[in-house]
Amino acid sequence: MSTMRTLPLFQRPGLLAVFLLVLPLVLQQFGNAWVRIADMSLIYVMLALGLNIVVGYAGLLDLGYVAFFAVGAYIFGLLASPHLMDTFPWVAQTFPNGLHMSLWLVLPLAAALAGFVGVLLGAPTLKLRGDYLAIVTLGFGEIIRVFLNNLDHPVNITNGPKGIGSIDAIRVFDYPLSKKLDLGWIELPGVTLYYYLLLALVLLSVLVCFRLETSRIGRAWMAIREDEIAAKAMGLNTRNLKLLAFGMGATFGGLSGVVFAGFQGFVSPESFSLMESIMIVAMVVLGGLGHLPGVILGAVLLAGLPEVLRYVAGPLQQLTDGRLDAAILRQLLIALAMIGVMLWRPHGLWPAPEHGKALEPGATR
Amino acid sequence: MTDWVLDVSGISKRFGGLQALSEVDMQIARGEVYGLIGPNGAGKTTFFNVITGLYTPDSGRFLLAGQPYTPSAVHKVAQAGIARTFQNIRLFAEMSALENVMVGRHVRTRTGVLGAILRTPAFRAEEAAIAERARALLDYVGIAHLAEYKARTLSYGDQRRLEIARALATDPQLIALDEPAAGMNATEKVQLRALIDKIRQDQRTVLLIEHDVKLVMGLCDRVSVLDYGRCIARGTPAEVQRDARVIEAYLGTGAHA
Repeated sequence: MSTMRTLPLFQRPGLLAVFLLVLPLVLQQFGNAWVRIADMSLIYVMLALGLNIVVGYAGLLDLGYVAFFAVGAYIFGLLASPHLMDTFPWVAQTFPNGLHMSLWLVLPLAAALAGFVGVLLGAPTLKLRGDYLAIVTLGFGEIIRVFLNNLDHPVNITNGPKGIGSIDAIRVFDYPLSKKLDLGWIELPGVTLYYYLLLALVLLSVLVCFRLETSRIGRAWMAIREDEIAAKAMGLNTRNLKLLAFGMGATFGGLSGVVFAGFQGFVSPESFSLMESIMIVAMVVLGGLGHLPGVILGAVLLAGLPEVLRYVAGPLQQLTDGRLDAAILRQLLIALAMIGVMLWRPHGLWPAPEHGKALEPGATR
Repeated sequence: MTDWVLDVSGISKRFGGLQALSEVDMQIARGEVYGLIGPNGAGKTTFFNVITGLYTPDSGRFLLAGQPYTPSAVHKVAQAGIARTFQNIRLFAEMSALENVMVGRHVRTRTGVLGAILRTPAFRAEEAAIAERARALLDYVGIAHLAEYKARTLSYGDQRRLEIARALATDPQLIALDEPAAGMNATEKVQLRALIDKIRQDQRTVLLIEHDVKLVMGLCDRVSVLDYGRCIARGTPAEVQRDARVIEAYLGTGAHA
């Protein structure tokens, strides 16, 4: 259809597909750590895509997004680890073989619960915008983290700051992704298998986001972002549409959380700090608000860059006799990169293409 | 009996110590262009905001095309069938002209999230219909060639047209224009007048709030004049122009036409 924008991935989708499929096979030659970086980048892409629905489409600045990530991660952590059985004898009795909830059951459950929490947290903030909304959502994000940190007594549900360990690996067709797969001509370590699962999930997310963006729901979100009063005057129920955006965004966060928990095998409140929320917002803004390729680029860069810089910062540290701490240097370099991008490309690295450039700017009011 | 599109009576609205509207009535027949004029601060915009649901009235009875409606929320009024434009243009600046009009179709279409994600045949059909209707409306107001341009890049006059197209997209019973000629030059006013004439010829009903008395007198079938929150005169433009109270409201006591 002529009105629908063509899927703006790369100019050659075939080439892109080959690149994405071969990438981990190349990376794993240099060590599994590199594939891990790619895996984490993909998880962040999913998170950024979800937050993009809230911030990019509906224009609601959410600084507590990591809370939904945490909800998803803890659901899988609780339902696929021995922790609950240790705490509650009746759980151990009900599941004599151990609590190993299947991923395919947890995924919809986490999506539903995270979506519900998203709507729940979104509801009281409906009248707020901009900075005020950001502060309230920031508070909500912290509340969830504090809950996770302190729900180890009187009844030990989350195991507090110690976190939940020995979470099952994700099983696809009953094959645990943590186990090395020997295809004869090539060996695929666990991280590479996770890569392909994550890649599939990311592609699915992109498809869902793109279809939402080019639907009447997506247009309605963008209308609210552009001018809420005008959107109302067009008959849009802005309350429901905002809640829908919160819910949809949170769903993505929950799903990413599940995969994250299975991938890491361990979750603790530390992974869901305010810094994470800010990083995800930074990915969306840095890449290009509301523009899918930009958001993906931003997420890959900001998730991958710190890890790559690890290898650059090390030598620099040696050069200065250890006076420059690698961790600090890394943050410094990222901060510099972000300031640079915002100075020279204020609409993000890859913003939505500009229509109407041909018209004189003087013609606008 | 006349087919009243808008039939409101006894509307009062008080802001603290200020009686902004007292017992205002208005009846607009189908297919007419109805003008609402009055000096600054007469209550025109308050009246407008009350019937479109932005302000809650203290009292009043509201009928839209014979059906009672409660102006309790802006989006509900739009669903009931009053579409409006804004005195200071409010478009969706970063969306294309076409998308702006497509948003106007939202309220008359159904598909939800699931349909959008699965791209069901119903969704595709509806989406095609939305786009087709939006293009037709852009053509109707004369800016079809600007469909792909972002709204903020359009010229002032074209932005006004786009706003009207977007309002028409909601299939309104009544389209309410809040000072559409504000800030327009003479050429743009002539074009605007032609457009409103065209809308009337299509048997649509227009409520026009306007400062430009010349435009109102030339265009409207009937006019109401507000002053200090009261309706001081109503009738054809010629009748209203001769009304002593109107002359007094505009020119002060002792003035003679």
